[in-house]
Amino acid sequence: MNHTTKVSFTVNGASRDLDLDNRTTLLDALREHLHLTGTKKGCDHGQCGACTVMVDGRRVNSCLTLAVMHEGDRIATIEGLGEPGNLHPMQAAFVKHDGFQCGYCTPGQICSSVAVLEEIRANIPSHVTGDLTTQTQITEAEIRERMSGNLCRCGAYSNIVDAIVEVAGTKA
Amino acid sequence: MRAFTYERASSVEAAANAASSNRQSKFIAGGTNLLDLMKLEIETPTHLIDVNGLGLDTIEPTAEGGLRIGALVRNTDLAAHETVRRDYGLLSRALVAGASGQLRNVATTAGNLLQRTRCPYFYDTNQPCNKRQPGSGCSAIGGFSRQHAVVGVSDACIATHPSDMAIAMRALDAVVETVKPDGSHHAIPIADFHRLPGETPHIETVLEQGELITAVVLPPPVGGRQIYRKVRDRASYAFAIVSVGAVIQLDGTGRVAVGGVAHKPWRVEGADAELSRGARSAASALFADARPTEQNRFKIDLVERTLGAVIAEARG
Ligand SMILES: Cc1cc2nc3c(=O)[nH]c(=O)nc-3n(C[C@H](O)[C@H](O)[C@H](O)COP(=O)(O)OP(=O)(O)OC[C@H]3O[C@@H](n4cnc5c(N)ncnc54)[C@H](O)[C@@H]3O)c2cc1C
Ligand code: SF4
Ligand code: FES
Ligand code: FES
Repeated sequence: MNHTTKVSFTVNGASRDLDLDNRTTLLDALREHLHLTGTKKGCDHGQCGACTVMVDGRRVNSCLTLAVMHEGDRIATIEGLGEPGNLHPMQAAFVKHDGFQCGYCTPGQICSSVAVLEEIRANIPSHVTGDLTTQTQITEAEIRERMSGNLCRCGAYSNIVDAIVEVAGTKA
Repeated sequence: MRAFTYERASSVEAAANAASSNRQSKFIAGGTNLLDLMKLEIETPTHLIDVNGLGLDTIEPTAEGGLRIGALVRNTDLAAHETVRRDYGLLSRALVAGASGQLRNVATTAGNLLQRTRCPYFYDTNQPCNKRQPGSGCSAIGGFSRQHAVVGVSDACIATHPSDMAIAMRALDAVVETVKPDGSHHAIPIADFHRLPGETPHIETVLEQGELITAVVLPPPVGGRQIYRKVRDRASYAFAIVSVGAVIQLDGTGRVAVGGVAHKPWRVEGADAELSRGARSAASALFADARPTEQNRFKIDLVERTLGAVIAEARG
């Protein structure tokens, strides 16, 4: 019985080859095997969004997917988005607007925020979208609804929305 | 999580075959429900068959004028599809009312239909539950049952089916296409797909071991105003207390399916026939055989009022 599998994917542009216990989630592969600890484990059950990363350009909860299911995929984490001294505009906006307190949910919030603006531009509808047959607009209501999969125990929500609105406004 | 072996299936037939040769194997699609339950050891497959590479992720028009949705189409892509949002708005609306953006990016059409109940006792491995452990008893009957089923229940189980998407599929008369391990193809009307709990609440659908869902087919569009209204404890990112999915035509006739009230998407022919007479008549038909608990009796009124709001919105 072989309970391990080889898998290769790229993380933030670098190829990674791993031989993993099949049970390893993408989240545990990133944190425990690749030592990319920016991505956080909150609930480990898909409920909080702290583990949000990008897979082939789409945000996912890395705790609810197996690493071995990602053969050939492109993974991007908060580390790949920007670093101190070279922040992504969303990271800079979170700092400016105090979009966090303890910071535990923040990497997930930021990855999700970047994806939310892309999803609205790609005209993916949400629960608050009015007309399904016209281009979705970037509004505060759209942002709030689409960020609902990212919980913040410190309740920094209104500052998080301010940060996203600013980035949306300067880029839209 | 228990250890398991893992394979990436190379074809539909190979996947179905692999699943029939090991009764403790499971298909994995998005994994958002299965892995959650495996972490809690509520699901304990010894082998996982990854069906993501089978090319079942396209949406195509059918010869009859409907739409064939691949089993592996992600919820986000289905909700955003041009034809779906134009001709089957109910389906788009139901999809985006469920889960979160991250989950919808991964969750698949087949996996969504097969997601398991959110009964808290099913999740609590320290409590009896006939669905998790047949014969152990039902903790919800006599326990906290506010969110449980009010109709189609049994003495063994009063769990609900939690899917929003399935309510739209039921109202739109979708058909589930499958392939069995012997290679035969089957088409199961959504009405017959999910089972009521009866004495075997652990058996939730008519699928056989190893039977793989390949697509869900929608009949040609039915027009009308298509509305999905979900009532929940939070404004977003919560399962339905009740939900109403309806197609209402200009003359007031239509069809309605209800979520959060039964072990399957709840639709009653007699209720469709009463729709033009208003929410009260339709709701009485929907709940003629209801057996609510003291704690969830309110759902019957809540559905009637929600349906009333839907009908009013359709009249615009
Ligand atoms: C925090 C949270 C909130 C949620 N909120 C909602 C909500 O509000 N509304 C809602 O509707 N849903 C909600 N969901 C559930 C979510 O929609 C489901 O988890 C998802 O749709 C399951 O799809 P999947 O592809 O990930 O399935 P998987 O987890 O991969 O599979 C589920 C089941 O389907 C079987 N399966 C998968 N594909 C096939 C196939 N092709 N043929 C045969 N069998 C197959 C698997 O073996 C497994 O038993 C929520 C989930 C979470 C974690
Ligand atoms: S309602 Fe069904 S799922 Fe819930 S405890 Fe009873 S048997 Fe288990
Ligand atoms: S850790 Fe993945 S959603 Fe909470
Ligand atoms: S900043 Fe503490 S949880 Fe969000």
